[in-house]
Amino acid sequence: MAGNAKSDGGGGWVGRSIRRLEDPTLVAGRGRFAGDLPAARWVRFVRSPVAAGRIVRINAPEGALVLTAADLAAVKPIRPMLHKFNYVPISQPVLAREVVRFVGEPVAAVISPSREEAEDIADRVEVEIEPSPAVVGTDAALARGAALVHPEAAGNVAVEGRLQTPGFDSTVARAHERIRLSIRSHRQNALPIEPRAAHAAWDDVSERITLTCATQMPHALRTIVADLIAMPESDLRVIAPDVGGGFGQKMSLAPEFVVVTWLARKLRSSVAWVEDRRENLVASFHSRDQSISLEGAFDADAKLIGLSADIVADVGAYSCYPTTCGVEPLMAMAELPGPYDVREYACVSRGVLTNTCPMAPYRGVSRPVITLAIERLMDEAAAVFGLDPIEIRRRNLVKAFPHTSVTGLVYDEASYVETMEAAVNAVDLPAFRARQAKARAEGRYLGLGVATFCERTGYGTQAFAARGMEVTPGWETVEMSMDPSGYIEARIGASPHGQGLRTTLSQIIADELATSPERIKIVHGDTDRTPYGWGTFASRSLVIAGGASLLAARKIRAKLTKMASVMLEASADDIVLEADTARVAGTDRSIPIVTLARAAYHQTHRFKGEVAPGIAESATYDPLGTFSNACHLVVVEVDAETGCVGIEKFLVAEDAGRLINPMIVDGQIQGGVAQGIANALFEEIIYDETGNILTASLADYLPPTAREVPAIEIHHLATLTQASVTKAKGLGEGGAIGAPAAVLSAINDALSPFGVSIDELPATPQRIRAALRTAGARSKSCGPNTAGFGPE
Amino acid sequence: MIEKIDIKLNINGRDYAVQVEARKTLVDVIRDECGLTGTHIGCEHGVCGACTVILDDAEGKRIRTVEGLADGDQLHPVQSAFIEHHALQCGFCTPGFLMLTVNALETNPNLSDDDILDLLSSNLCRCTGYQNIVKAVRSTVAEMRRSPAR
Repeated sequence: MAGNAKSDGGGGWVGRSIRRLEDPTLVAGRGRFAGDLPAARWVRFVRSPVAAGRIVRINAPEGALVLTAADLAAVKPIRPMLHKFNYVPISQPVLAREVVRFVGEPVAAVISPSREEAEDIADRVEVEIEPSPAVVGTDAALARGAALVHPEAAGNVAVEGRLQTPGFDSTVARAHERIRLSIRSHRQNALPIEPRAAHAAWDDVSERITLTCATQMPHALRTIVADLIAMPESDLRVIAPDVGGGFGQKMSLAPEFVVVTWLARKLRSSVAWVEDRRENLVASFHSRDQSISLEGAFDADAKLIGLSADIVADVGAYSCYPTTCGVEPLMAMAELPGPYDVREYACVSRGVLTNTCPMAPYRGVSRPVITLAIERLMDEAAAVFGLDPIEIRRRNLVKAFPHTSVTGLVYDEASYVETMEAAVNAVDLPAFRARQAKARAEGRYLGLGVATFCERTGYGTQAFAARGMEVTPGWETVEMSMDPSGYIEARIGASPHGQGLRTTLSQIIADELATSPERIKIVHGDTDRTPYGWGTFASRSLVIAGGASLLAARKIRAKLTKMASVMLEASADDIVLEADTARVAGTDRSIPIVTLARAAYHQTHRFKGEVAPGIAESATYDPLGTFSNACHLVVVEVDAETGCVGIEKFLVAEDAGRLINPMIVDGQIQGGVAQGIANALFEEIIYDETGNILTASLADYLPPTAREVPAIEIHHLATLTQASVTKAKGLGEGGAIGAPAAVLSAINDALSPFGVSIDELPATPQRIRAALRTAGARSKSCGPNTAGFGPE
Repeated sequence: MIEKIDIKLNINGRDYAVQVEARKTLVDVIRDECGLTGTHIGCEHGVCGACTVILDDAEGKRIRTVEGLADGDQLHPVQSAFIEHHALQCGFCTPGFLMLTVNALETNPNLSDDDILDLLSSNLCRCTGYQNIVKAVRSTVAEMRRSPAR
């Protein structure tokens, strides 16, 4: 395998699509995932078959080791906390205690030497539950007299945000048009291909436990697990090995991980649990289950002057740790206005408990849904005003930066209008409209949709603190050292799992220290080896861990420069680092950096006390946050007979500031868009009215394959923001944020001749046909030649 | 205790004699009994394809897994193409896609673009959005047309 040869003599690693340092082991099958480790004991969880009820008894087969809540009485319940927004603290026992609250909730743990045997025993565990009425769906949960999922949460409301700007009423009273609509996003599963897995091993010599598991935040996981099972945190080592995708699902605390760790200590053994796909679909975390009713007040120039919204988020049966179940409704409230400049805003946003699987962050969190809402509003308003959808956005997008949003968010320099124009300019809009008209005449329905949005990324403690989180993430620390042989090691608290951070951080450090990525080792995912940090989620790692890497590298650069000035007898101001060498500018006097590194340890006497021995620095970065922005433009064809949707074109114009590795950036966009298309057209977790989950296999829950995801054309703009020390903005979630709104916008454009619109995702063939039936259109089954697909 | 049966497998040219329960799936045996963990389990119901291996000879039980693709330090062209085209992110589904592709190219080196989509749609990837996997396979097909040595 050829290395990443440099194309020029200078630094310049940043901005180049070098191959990933992660890949050679992964393609060789030498990746190490949590489920690869052998274990002395395996755990199988017995899960509740009913959505709500009281546990009467649990009978274990003779001789089997089966634990229930009573055995784990000393283990504290998970109790995530928020100090604002009328948050009701909710306790979740790691195994259900007395009552069950969703289908799939763990009620017992079977322990056996083999996974298969544990499964056999689990099948023979008798669980008797006296069912009680299940609360399914937010309408049922909010109905007067509804059963309570948790008695402490009156009306089943676990969290409630309310705000209204002082001038809201008077402003909307003088509106030229007030446009109302409601949107609904159904429930999804993040569906990493690697299910959750945990392996906890007791070490008799050190009396420590090593928990190797599929997690996105190893340090915070260590803290909470040690808390819950009351062990010294320093005796617990958490390793996030190769992690097979997370998308947020592996950020939240799995109660199963607590049980496995507790068992390793109890049994003084190694204990493993690997979730199967059914468990993942039923009992891992869900997301996106939201309804938003909104009203936009527009002036005569189609300027949005007031916005109001009622946001209802189904948060399931418990509150996820550490973000709490406030994460979706509160983010929706704070960020609903999106890229639009609106000065008056009123919002009520509630997180509602139901007897369903708990909700947790999934790529984009609420933003795919709020983008859908605000973009539907713009499309509707464009129709009402008789404006082009692009023109109404042009009038309303934020144009001057920094911009303080109506909810107090500070939008740093960006290119909302320019990015949208770039997307539009990449297609021939008049030609498309002509083609669309011609196609309609032939009974074919093409549609073009756009979604513009901004994506809050790389935000630090101030942003999280605004939500009142008991656990307030935000900063990252990077410890960096150069060993006596001149190799660089950076130990990070971020925890990448597919994002290529080892590569991109190496590029940043290589430029700063005038070396190449091959000489840099990024160490992550091991609490024994890395400084405390928050892990990888919320499009933060490249911005924050990357920023901390740059700051640490600058300190090392300063030290190398100082050492070179002593050894070359020159002013430090005249020292330049280039190509692994320190040089006196404009002369041929130089010294290899590796010689400086050796001297820092073995020849310290030469620096006469002016330079401390060794080369080891640390830096912490805690930024306010930076907003990347994008416009997704989609062309679809909707088959009016079958309701199937084919995507003809998918274009993304994106401004994420400085791109460290464009290849990796494009990969993030493509992967996010695929998940967004899944959200728009295919994936839906469905419960029946009793709380049984109907989509418990991949035959029922339909992630897209290579057939369903089109080629994605990507254009980049680059606003070099002052809000990020590397000038890079985050972008990990954007693909998933914009795609649902853009696809739906295109579908509605296609359906406009019928006078119907779809306001519900996924826009399955059934939903499209139902809408067309209301318009009196004919409908029949999908034929074999249609581009789209869907269950019939 | 469920009765175990003796079976012999040849994986990547090496013989393995193992005792397994008859209900074990091949991927369980490859991972748990033979210690080859490069083949992954994603769904356990035959949809995602993460566990794809090549069965060269079912009778003689000759099997190839991802660990056997490279020739020493020399990666298989499909492995190289996956790196070159950024066709993997987390890498969990990758062994399945590699084995799927290698087997298909050995059967028919002249896959059309449509054949490639048909082929790849049998496995699931959640990170890449597939586009770069498609590119990697297309480029391998093009490469094999130029130099059909391997």
